[in-house]
Amino acid sequence: MNDSVPAGPTAPPFRLSMLIYDRRYRSLTFQVIVFILVMSLFWWLVSNTIENLSRLGKDINFGFLFNRAGYDIPQQLIPYTSDDTHLRAAVVGLLNTLLVSVLGCVAATILGVTVGVLRLSRNWLFARLMTIYVETFRNIPLLLWILIIYAILTEITPAPRAYQGEDARQLFLGLIAPTNRYTAIPAFVAERSPGMLHLGRIAIPWLAILYFACLGAAIVIRNRINARAQRIQNQTGKRPVTWWVNLALFVVPPVVIWLAFGLHLDVPELAGFNFKGGINVDNALVALWLALTLYTAAFIAEITRAGILSVSKGQTEAAYSLGLRPNRTMNLVILPQALRVIIPPLISQYLNLTKNSSLAIAVGYMDLRGTLGGTTVNQTGREMEGILLMMLVYLAISLIISGGMNLYNRRVALKER
Amino acid sequence: MSVTDTTVPTAYVRTEMLPPRAAPMQRKGALGWLRENLFSNWFNTVLTVLGIAIIWWFVSHFWPWFAHSVWSAGSLRECREIIAATWGEGASGACFAVIRERWHQYLFGFYPRAEYWRPVMTIGLMFIALAPVLFSVSATIRRRVLAGGGLLTMILMAICGVPLWSAMLMLALFGVALLLAEYAPGRLLWFTVFYPVLGVWLLWGGSLWSPMMVLAGLAAGFVVARLLAKRAPGLAPFAAIITIAIWWAFISQPLADALAGVLPLSLLHVTSREFGGFLLAIVIGVSGITMSLPLGIVLALARRSDMPLIKTFAVMFIEFIRGVPLISLLFVASTLLNYFMPPGTNFDIILRVIIMVTIFAAAYMAEVIRGGLAALPKGQYEAADSLGLDYWQAQRLIILPQALKISIPGIVGTFIGMFKDTTLVGLIGLYEPLKGISDFVRADFNWKGIYWEPFVFVGVIFFVICFSMSRYSMYLERRLSRENR
Repeated sequence: MNDSVPAGPTAPPFRLSMLIYDRRYRSLTFQVIVFILVMSLFWWLVSNTIENLSRLGKDINFGFLFNRAGYDIPQQLIPYTSDDTHLRAAVVGLLNTLLVSVLGCVAATILGVTVGVLRLSRNWLFARLMTIYVETFRNIPLLLWILIIYAILTEITPAPRAYQGEDARQLFLGLIAPTNRYTAIPAFVAERSPGMLHLGRIAIPWLAILYFACLGAAIVIRNRINARAQRIQNQTGKRPVTWWVNLALFVVPPVVIWLAFGLHLDVPELAGFNFKGGINVDNALVALWLALTLYTAAFIAEITRAGILSVSKGQTEAAYSLGLRPNRTMNLVILPQALRVIIPPLISQYLNLTKNSSLAIAVGYMDLRGTLGGTTVNQTGREMEGILLMMLVYLAISLIISGGMNLYNRRVALKER
Repeated sequence: MSVTDTTVPTAYVRTEMLPPRAAPMQRKGALGWLRENLFSNWFNTVLTVLGIAIIWWFVSHFWPWFAHSVWSAGSLRECREIIAATWGEGASGACFAVIRERWHQYLFGFYPRAEYWRPVMTIGLMFIALAPVLFSVSATIRRRVLAGGGLLTMILMAICGVPLWSAMLMLALFGVALLLAEYAPGRLLWFTVFYPVLGVWLLWGGSLWSPMMVLAGLAAGFVVARLLAKRAPGLAPFAAIITIAIWWAFISQPLADALAGVLPLSLLHVTSREFGGFLLAIVIGVSGITMSLPLGIVLALARRSDMPLIKTFAVMFIEFIRGVPLISLLFVASTLLNYFMPPGTNFDIILRVIIMVTIFAAAYMAEVIRGGLAALPKGQYEAADSLGLDYWQAQRLIILPQALKISIPGIVGTFIGMFKDTTLVGLIGLYEPLKGISDFVRADFNWKGIYWEPFVFVGVIFFVICFSMSRYSMYLERRLSRENR
């Protein structure tokens, strides 16, 4: 302020007390003090750790990751035997974490959005039922749900050989057979399989690659067609009909693959004491997945409901008065505004689900916590390295998910000028 | 065309009003309601039928199980025999006898049975300590909560069979609290300040003087700050912190020992390993809740601070804690925390868990409160500045009251999440009710293979606590928004 007065008194000379009483310097002083405090706390923790470790005759060494693991993992996405390294065991665990998280997120979103919409339905009975569901699952710990569902699967479902008789039916048109050890589900099998793509010891079926390539191409082509349609609409006012092209893009390639390679469902069937054909999914995975899905879906339902309620009724009425049909009102007016409210909390629910998947330890599902932070630590005695590494991996997953979702959020967010 | 031309006889004109006709049957009464709410179109009808089917499935599966429940038996086998004898072979039935036999372990873990009056009293006193904080908005609510809390405590005391004198003492304390709440609610706040020390002493026992000296350290810091406030206001907070640190490090323990020599006020010492059941969950939950709120506020303010270094530290801390699962932090508490401390330190496992849970909840709390701070109109900040308030005055008088009000649903949501998360301590070997105690009960040969009854019992208690918290937050929200109007 003194600068604006040319012939005014000169700035007061610097005194030490200005570090505290002058607002210009105070924040600097404060930051320096906090920095020193935080750093000395950090130094204190690290020096304590070093001293404690040296007393125990330990060091910080990640070499154990390359030693033989020597334990088995029942559920694995990439080949693994007990002769592999701890590092590979950790990767298997990480993939298991990601598997249950992705499956859980997808299922929880579908179920949660459905329940959230149904809770707003005009059907009195069903709205009440959905409220009971949401309140029950939100107010009881997740661990209880995991344990209950696991207990149901292991205690109440029959042993595989109980499916022998005529009266024992498999669920859902005979496709799924829950047993007390695993849940048998059908799998896609090709009659004329083009084989596998081998990358080291990991094998990926060519069919899956082909399918996802077709899907990717279809999405790219659809975007270009829609952009072209938009351009034509902007120039001439008439939008060319594109829905059948879009439909064909997504339907034709799978059908062609289906027919060309003779794809069919391999339904699990009892052979002796066990199910053959299809996939036998470990009950730990099923219980964890179901519990995470049901629990998170209750939260997502509330988020969806709040999002839909946040769009004021005037928006719908305005859209109707412009002559938009209900369908287009939903797509063009309600949904974009509701999504803006829904997506940020939805991201944190996905993150919560991923982190909650570490409760897998309660049912013995070998995820990252079970391999790297569990058996590996117990076997090697390297708890410091193991747990820190595990936390870093979880942190990386969280940051990647939230980063990706934030990018998407930025796209749908209100463009403020 | 003049008006007078209308001499021709006009059509019949009604001169009196017709009585209103009854609404059509389909629109009124029970039938109308059914039509409107359950069968308005085909989709609605399908949903209704589906809903009835779901209800029927649940009732037909679970009602017999509840109806046939057995409340007194010595083992699961005995239960099954009783059910088979009464309701026929193959009948399903719950065996709540396990709850009847082991309820004390579900509530208190391995706390010595003769000392049950202590945890019950602590919980009762908690209501008194909470009354001025949570319910200060209305005298009716204050009365209702104190009376309800008193009733609950008395019922618990009756169930636990505590000594008569403790029940009388508790009753007297509730009477005093009610009187105070009526005539001088401000005074109750002093009890709230004193409560943590009292609670710790009642629960863990030992000498009363050690927790008292901890509190005395805070008081000494406060006195120093007040003395310096006039002469060097900038230095006062630092001086207070240094005083507290010196007091805790050097004065507290010798003084406590000396005082204990003069007047030994001590209770039977109970170790942390003996804690369990809902007592453990409530101890961890309540202390985590009370400590995470102030810490969360500080973190939220730091994250919105203008000072780049403070902001960076806050962001790093919050994002790190929010990025890792709680179970890994608990794992750190149970295995790694001893590495981080000076050699030879071995501090209490419950304390370690409380620290981790507090840190975890505080990071979430910070984000919730940051949302509230961001939602506040910028004009409020500018108004505070234009009044010449300094940073802390502005926060205390203008910003935080409003920001906290906005974020009540989120704050209570975090509380509920944290209380539910206390079940995770079972995974590091503590005896929380869900897994620790239940596994312990199942390890008994008599109760081997009992799953559903403990799950139902524990689940219902968790539901009641969490549901009432969420209802309270909704009530508070409604009430505060009414004030705003």
